[in-house]
Amino acid sequence: MTEEIIIAGFGGQGVLSMGKIMAYSGIMQDMEVSWMPSYGPEMRGGTANVIVILSENRISSPIIRTFDTAIILNQQSMDKFEQSVKPGGTLIYDGNGITRHPEREDITIYQIDAAGEASKMKSAKTFNMIVLGSFIKVKPIVKLENVLLGLKKSLPERYHHMIPMNEEALLRGMEIIGEA
Amino acid sequence: MERELRLMKGNEAIAEAAIRAGADGYFGYPITPQSEVLEYLTMEKPHERTGMIILQAESEVAAINMVYGGAACGKKVMTSSSSPGISLKQEGITYIAGAELPCLIVNVVRGGPGLGTIQPAQSDYFQATKGGGHGDYKLIVLAPASVQEMADFVELAFDLAFKYRNPAMILSDGAIGQMMEKVWLKPQKERSREFPEWATTGKTPDRERNIITSLNLDPNKQEDFNHKLQAKYREIEKNEVLYEEFQCDDAEYLFVAYGTSARVCQKAIELAREEGIKVGLLRPITLFPFPTVIISRLADQVKGILTVEMSAGQMVEDVRLAVNGKIPVEHWGRMGGIVPTPEEAVENLKSKIIGG
Repeated sequence: MTEEIIIAGFGGQGVLSMGKIMAYSGIMQDMEVSWMPSYGPEMRGGTANVIVILSENRISSPIIRTFDTAIILNQQSMDKFEQSVKPGGTLIYDGNGITRHPEREDITIYQIDAAGEASKMKSAKTFNMIVLGSFIKVKPIVKLENVLLGLKKSLPERYHHMIPMNEEALLRGMEIIGEA
Repeated sequence: MERELRLMKGNEAIAEAAIRAGADGYFGYPITPQSEVLEYLTMEKPHERTGMIILQAESEVAAINMVYGGAACGKKVMTSSSSPGISLKQEGITYIAGAELPCLIVNVVRGGPGLGTIQPAQSDYFQATKGGGHGDYKLIVLAPASVQEMADFVELAFDLAFKYRNPAMILSDGAIGQMMEKVWLKPQKERSREFPEWATTGKTPDRERNIITSLNLDPNKQEDFNHKLQAKYREIEKNEVLYEEFQCDDAEYLFVAYGTSARVCQKAIELAREEGIKVGLLRPITLFPFPTVIISRLADQVKGILTVEMSAGQMVEDVRLAVNGKIPVEHWGRMGGIVPTPEEAVENLKSKIIGG
């Protein structure tokens, strides 16, 4: 089993760290992982994206152009990556700021309101964990308990007091995608 | 410090592996996409862990000359940079090669020429394997294709550099430098307290002076020295070739690719074999010494070879020399910081080799 994922949005939305936590979660259940960020000039103020591959086998190319799942967090990324989802694949997107919604009929599309939930939780920083929660609900490749372990591994110890809030955000994400 | 599993960027893996390999010093200057090596080392403060010195020099030229000095004292020293910075270091590198000193130089390659782009490329192959600086010299060149190899090749490069008293280079690229993968880190090795017999540590009454220089004004002596260097390179070619064969056993066609391109080719092989095309991959791990013998042997088995490189075609020349006209050898690649896709690699295998 191999899952090829792109996460794309604005710099500052937690795109890269979400990918890192996903990769660490994979390691926690003994999978092979790769995390390949865009590191171009776009990182300075524009879009940020990362390709994460989780696999039970040795990973061949860490750089790919088509994906099993796309997690899209702004309009520019929607324009860039909607067509990159493999037929039969999954697209999860946050509706906030999206002016042109995805139109593909050969993939499964979930719209979520992670931005709205994050503001209800009174912390913009929970946004990416809400999105990650939604992802693991519809693609249960990594288990919640391993995401929590991954979170612990990837956060410096001085932020460990924030883990309960992140757990709450993950659970909220799992709930809202059920409603989508 | 025990063996340890971590998720790391390739650049960070090099830095941590250098500390654990018992390196004595790192001298560098920041440049994308390599800056995490210096950043990681600065944050990690290895002088508190092992006594290893980290210094951000005022320029790349200063950094390589600090390496020259450290190496002359018999210390395990290194520098890292990316393409434009490696060009700046070339004078120092040829002096180090001429003075027969061991050191490690890491090049996390980006697109060129000039300042080019900060995205990954493999367009420094000629520079790394054919000289770079002036004079007849060779670097030992290792090409990692994963974050694990970024870590493992640090110690390997130091071992080879000291074994042959020759500078060694890790030739990586922006993709492997920036991506994160699982990496098993080796336990901490102690820094050596001993000095090699050739090191300039101050003359003692019981021996002659140790002289470290690349200057020989007498042409006959210089030619003797050139012969000695060449004999050393032939010895390295005989003993130190490393490569990986991937699905070569039944292959009718062959990719030859190193580093990131080799990873792309592995995926291309999966795709091609789904269509019934029997293709394998020969991945050179050492670029000097180049795996000439195995490529020549595979040329007796397969019908054609496609090299995939992120350049206009550089390694393809060494593959053609190895094949020596036995079968068609073509190059395909992307430039300018663009990483080729597996689908494109398969298309080009079909159009340039199978159909051609």
